[in-house]
Amino acid sequence: MIRLKNVSKFYKSTKAVDDISFEVKEGETVVLLGTSGCGKTTTLRMINRLVEPSSGKIVVNGQNILEQPAEKMRRGIGYVLQHHGLFPHYTVAENISIVPNLLKWSKDKIINRTRELLEKLQLSQTLGDLYPSQLSGGQQQRVGLARALAAYPPVLLMDEPLGALDPVTRVGIRKEFTTLDELKRKTILMVTHDVQEAFELGDRVCLMDKGKIVQIGKATDLLFNPINDFVRSFIKEQHFQLELENIFINDIWSLLPKAIDGTNENKISPENSLWQVLETVSARQQGFERFVSINNNDKKQIEIASLMAAYTQYKNSFNHE
Amino acid sequence: MNEQQQTLWNFMAQQSDKLLQQTLAHIGLTFISLFLSILIGIPTGIWISRKKKWSGPVLGIAGILQTIPSIALLGFMIPLLGIGARPAIVALMLYAFLPIIRNTYTGIIGVNAAVTDAAKGMGMSPSQILFKVELPLAMPVILAGIRTATVINVGVATLAAYIAAGGLGEFIFGGIALNNTNMILAGAIPAALLAIIFDFLLAKAQHFNIKKAKTAFIAIPIILIALSSFYLLPSAIGSKMLAGFTPEFMGRSDGYLGLKNKYGLNIRTVVISDAVMYKAAYEKQLDVISGYSTDGRLKAYDLVVLKDDKTIFPPYYAAPIVREEVLEKYPELEPALNILSGKINDSIMTELNYRVDYLKQSPEKVARDFLTQQKLYKKPRNGKKGIIQMGSKIFGEQYILLQIYAILLKGNTDLSVETKTGLGGTKICFDALTNDQIDLYPEYTGTGLLVVLQPDNHTIQSIIGNKESVFDFVQKEFMRKYHIKWLKPIGFNNAYTLMMRKKQASDLKIRTISELKMYIDDN
Ligand SMILES: Nc1ncnc2c1ncn2[C@@H]1O[C@H](COP(=O)(O)OP(=O)(O)OP(=O)(O)O)[C@@H](O)[C@H]1O
Ligand SMILES: [Mg+2]
Repeated sequence: MIRLKNVSKFYKSTKAVDDISFEVKEGETVVLLGTSGCGKTTTLRMINRLVEPSSGKIVVNGQNILEQPAEKMRRGIGYVLQHHGLFPHYTVAENISIVPNLLKWSKDKIINRTRELLEKLQLSQTLGDLYPSQLSGGQQQRVGLARALAAYPPVLLMDEPLGALDPVTRVGIRKEFTTLDELKRKTILMVTHDVQEAFELGDRVCLMDKGKIVQIGKATDLLFNPINDFVRSFIKEQHFQLELENIFINDIWSLLPKAIDGTNENKISPENSLWQVLETVSARQQGFERFVSINNNDKKQIEIASLMAAYTQYKNSFNHE
Repeated sequence: MNEQQQTLWNFMAQQSDKLLQQTLAHIGLTFISLFLSILIGIPTGIWISRKKKWSGPVLGIAGILQTIPSIALLGFMIPLLGIGARPAIVALMLYAFLPIIRNTYTGIIGVNAAVTDAAKGMGMSPSQILFKVELPLAMPVILAGIRTATVINVGVATLAAYIAAGGLGEFIFGGIALNNTNMILAGAIPAALLAIIFDFLLAKAQHFNIKKAKTAFIAIPIILIALSSFYLLPSAIGSKMLAGFTPEFMGRSDGYLGLKNKYGLNIRTVVISDAVMYKAAYEKQLDVISGYSTDGRLKAYDLVVLKDDKTIFPPYYAAPIVREEVLEKYPELEPALNILSGKINDSIMTELNYRVDYLKQSPEKVARDFLTQQKLYKKPRNGKKGIIQMGSKIFGEQYILLQIYAILLKGNTDLSVETKTGLGGTKICFDALTNDQIDLYPEYTGTGLLVVLQPDNHTIQSIIGNKESVFDFVQKEFMRKYHIKWLKPIGFNNAYTLMMRKKQASDLKIRTISELKMYIDDN
């Protein structure tokens, strides 16, 4: 759990972070989003004391970070950087075992943990003996994550962890991140300036501008209840896609037509977003198959026309709130 | 060529003891100083990488240290640290500072910020970051600095021979002074080889996988200490008295070897440069030195000449040598030049040299004062009968003599005078004379014999002990071979001698080299 209360950071001429307060609950993922220079990195680095706050209070796991030795505190917080920051003179395996070594784990335990992480992050075991410069950008970033996770830190700070990757690799690794069990239970604060990434990875999104928080809330809050024009314009460009990605079959269940029983059914999980469904359905355009979604004993017909109708109705319901 | 190699090889084989000792001393000097420089330089480099505002001043000072000429730096060290190993090591250490501090600094500054950031973020302490991240990653750059420093030190360490610290410079400078090519090469070749070998080894170390940087941490100090231990100061044999001799004196049969053979003198010696020797004696770093009997510093540093009672040092009586043709053309020339004959003894010449070399008075003024005092000064007649071209070698005593002759000629004849001072050494002066570019210059009997005429060894031995025989020999041979006439000697003998501090010599009642030997043997 991370809590910031009235935290500010001033440099001589700039207010990098200006009186912000928010909380990341246990097991929650909050994404800091905003334009370049709005203070995201500064906010993140104040939490592991790479930057000392000018004022305010920061609590991690119930303890004021200023009231404990910085180094000890940092070993309990995983930290992933944009430019991975892997040690070029350490092998992949040695990089992953840095924090366990600092914590004086036994050799066996370290070896086992390294093996486990390589496997979980879909890195072949043989990579363990290579040096970071011998890896691809995507592999380097995964090793960076493995290193941050090595000593089971309950809290994870990630500063644009995918920022240095090409868009295709980026989407691929993002998918993996969402399915990684190690990440599911963690309290995560992540920085990005990619709106789509923020909405996909964050339980909540915190939009910043000029050192202040503009709006913090669920993806749908920012999409459908933007607090001001800044929020609206920030997500405007990809608005339609973002909406489709952030509305799930479950959300519009009641607005969909009932399915008629029949043969040749393709089942789609109600956990899917509209975007995923549209992708699946349009990929089989000429098919004669029918798509249905089943939730408990309820069965809904999935067709492009009915989906779009339900989507419009759903959106309108927000406007009437 | 083959013969040359052969003799070089012979020389090295003959002198293998000395060669080995000098090489080991050289390696030792290089690495003790390098070790100290690393010990101080790397922490300094680390420190300025933390406190960047100090980087400018610190690197600036290290840079200035390196621009001080080596000889001057060694000279500065003597009043502070005396002569011998200590000042040499300190001077070499100062030279090595710049590459080591600068490369440590740039190496650390150059470490990717994301890496140190990650290290800090993972909870490494500042010292863990330094030793596990920054130094290993900066190691190739630091090693490059050490490599530069090593090569510099191998080179500069040759100069350590100037201040009695030993090393291959003893052969190199001895060889230069004695014009002995084999001796020069016997010092220069091993020195060059050392530079090449160490450069090569360190280049290897530098291109090691950075992974091995950890090994380098431990290996480098151990290797350095091992190499440093080669340096053993020449052990004390014989007396408590210490003699400092120039490389030239050490190598000459009419120098140190003669002292050993003819006097049986057994004194502890170090090799030292003429430039610092007198001062070192004055400051009681040395008790006995070799020198020239009319050197102005004899007076400046309150030293006294020991009498060469067995005459092992060849006579170096000064006299003007003139082309016969010119003497015939202007008969008044010879009597005018001979006016000076017998007028300057050793102590007068020392005094005159002292005024020029030490008090920095102009040779003209010194010459004029001298002649006035001797009542020999006459106003110039401004005659137009002819021009006499006079030359001199490039040091104070010759300048003074030339000015004296100029005044004498202008005052006593109708000849006018042109002077060409600073014709380098003997060879240049003598060639100028035989090629009619000058008409006369002051020369020394010993030089005429040993440098110009170079008769066989047997002839030399038969006459060298007697100053008249030497004079007669050179006078006869110069006339026969070159039609050059030696006029009457001026009086002083600028020969090799041994010197001591006046006070010490009188306290110990030592006046001659034999008495010195007796004193040493008794104690
Ligand atoms: N050490 C520093 N000294 C002075 N100003 C700084 C320092 N660090 C950050 N700033 C300033 O503080 C502001 C916020 O910087 P920060 O790095 O937190 O932005 P950011 O949101 O992470 O930007 P980006 O998306 O480009 O990474 C910027 O105006 C920056 O110039
Ligand atoms: Mg940033």
